[in-house]
Amino acid sequence: MTPLAERSALRPALDVEALRKQFPILARRVHGKPLVYLDSAASSQKPACVIEAIVDYYGRYHSNVHRGVHTLSEEATAAYERARARVRSFVRADSPREIVFVRGTTEAINLVAQAWARPRLGPGDEVLVTELEHHSNLVPWQLVCEKTGAKLVVAPIDARGDVIPEEYARRLSKRTRLVALAHVSNALGTVNPVAEFTRLAKQVGAIVLVDGAQGVPHMPVDVGELGCDFYAFSGHKMYAPTGIGALFGRLELLDAMEPWQGGGSMIRNVTFEKTTFAPAPERFEAGTPNIEGAIGLGVAIEWLERLDLAAVHAHEADLVEYATARLAEIPGVRLIGTARERAGLVSFVVGDVHAHDVGTILDGEGVAVRAGHHCAQPVMDHFDVPATVRASFAVHNGRDDVDRLVAGVRRVQEIFA
Amino acid sequence: MSDLRDLYQEVILDHTKRPRNFGTLEHATHRAQGRNPLCGDQLALFVEIADGRLRDVRFAGKGCAISTASASLLTEALKGTTIDEAHAMFERFHKVVTTPSDQPVDVSTIGKLAVLAGVREFPMRVKCASLAWHTLEAALAGRADPVTTE
Repeated sequence: MTPLAERSALRPALDVEALRKQFPILARRVHGKPLVYLDSAASSQKPACVIEAIVDYYGRYHSNVHRGVHTLSEEATAAYERARARVRSFVRADSPREIVFVRGTTEAINLVAQAWARPRLGPGDEVLVTELEHHSNLVPWQLVCEKTGAKLVVAPIDARGDVIPEEYARRLSKRTRLVALAHVSNALGTVNPVAEFTRLAKQVGAIVLVDGAQGVPHMPVDVGELGCDFYAFSGHKMYAPTGIGALFGRLELLDAMEPWQGGGSMIRNVTFEKTTFAPAPERFEAGTPNIEGAIGLGVAIEWLERLDLAAVHAHEADLVEYATARLAEIPGVRLIGTARERAGLVSFVVGDVHAHDVGTILDGEGVAVRAGHHCAQPVMDHFDVPATVRASFAVHNGRDDVDRLVAGVRRVQEIFA
Repeated sequence: MSDLRDLYQEVILDHTKRPRNFGTLEHATHRAQGRNPLCGDQLALFVEIADGRLRDVRFAGKGCAISTASASLLTEALKGTTIDEAHAMFERFHKVVTTPSDQPVDVSTIGKLAVLAGVREFPMRVKCASLAWHTLEAALAGRADPVTTE
């Protein structure tokens, strides 16, 4: 028995067949073939319970939140705040006041960049990021550095796609005010050693923000254990709707931050002379929020927790390992990103065939993958490729999906032979 | 979707693997850059014009199969034509590849370039087929900014 097969015999089982039935979209055929969806890192599909929760909200108790005294508003407000409480327990925050609803990871990071970093940074200060960051955890810091005179510093990755720990440590100093790093790389699957990197950052007194967009769908997250100050994530990559996400921020930091958008809901008292602001999290939630999104996120969390994130993690780790092994068998396929610990995805190129040609041919086989630079151009530069093909996994994927992917890659090679 | 072979026809694959007129042109009178950064496609187009004719056309760079084949086919189609004929061919080619696949279009107007008409079935790939042509227009117009079709 190979080690791979041995381990798979021990893996805690997710009932993939039963799970697939929970995703209405998986009944679709694409180009006449059953859909194999391997693009969950871009956006995951939604289980029926999430879709039904949104329909139920609009059909039964839609109203604006926080203001009405009527029954519908009370019910909508209760559901919205229940969702916040769910997010709190999901990331093991101390208080629901530490959870700000946002549009997604990008908005969460921009919130911290504008409301925490921009008023506090100046010349001589540094923001440390890693080379594997998504543009959304890079560009907001570039914007802030440009405005404040702070310097953006980058911790490099090695040939496997791991951030080099010594290089990271060497770039930390008293000048480092903030460290921003991904929990899991969306382009390479690398799992950063966030707890260790945070511990080092704390020794120099830096604030740490973790981009958790690719973390929360795949593993249990405990912000206390990670030790970070901010943790940002999107709902739509973890089975919830688009347009909703959450920012965890330590209460003491959130309470010290000025608002970044003004409007309704975020105020305490308004006169023409002086306006006072609501405490966190409302202070950062100006305007009518994405109520159905929050409700959908709450339901998605409940659903994921019932599946058990440890089992989800084990299941997807098996898929990553299996896909890595199967793709490595194909001459001409080069894996991009072979970090020591990876989660949720494999990234690769097929000889010198452009990733978009691979993506188009796989689509013809009913296999949906991502082809491109994955909003991580510096990572593509590092590996000297214009783009990669990325297959990313969700709970409804099985080894049979990887087999369809592998057959599709062989078809690419036939066409380009 | 029609068969993938409609998109990846033998002629296209042949031009992808062995691009014609590939390389730089020292005596180019006109040149332009085409870039589709989201794809990572990069293309430089060189044209030598004398007496109102495109005496030589070459391209360099890297891209997907469709953009490479399109650039290669362009160089073959335009060598020796007048500037007016080149513009007219651009117009006809553009019309063919941007006409939705559920509407009829006369591909006989573009000669050998008709092998690229299959991109109509793949709306996301039209920008790949048209990059070289927009780069040509920029070269003829003497525009220095890189062209993009994204």
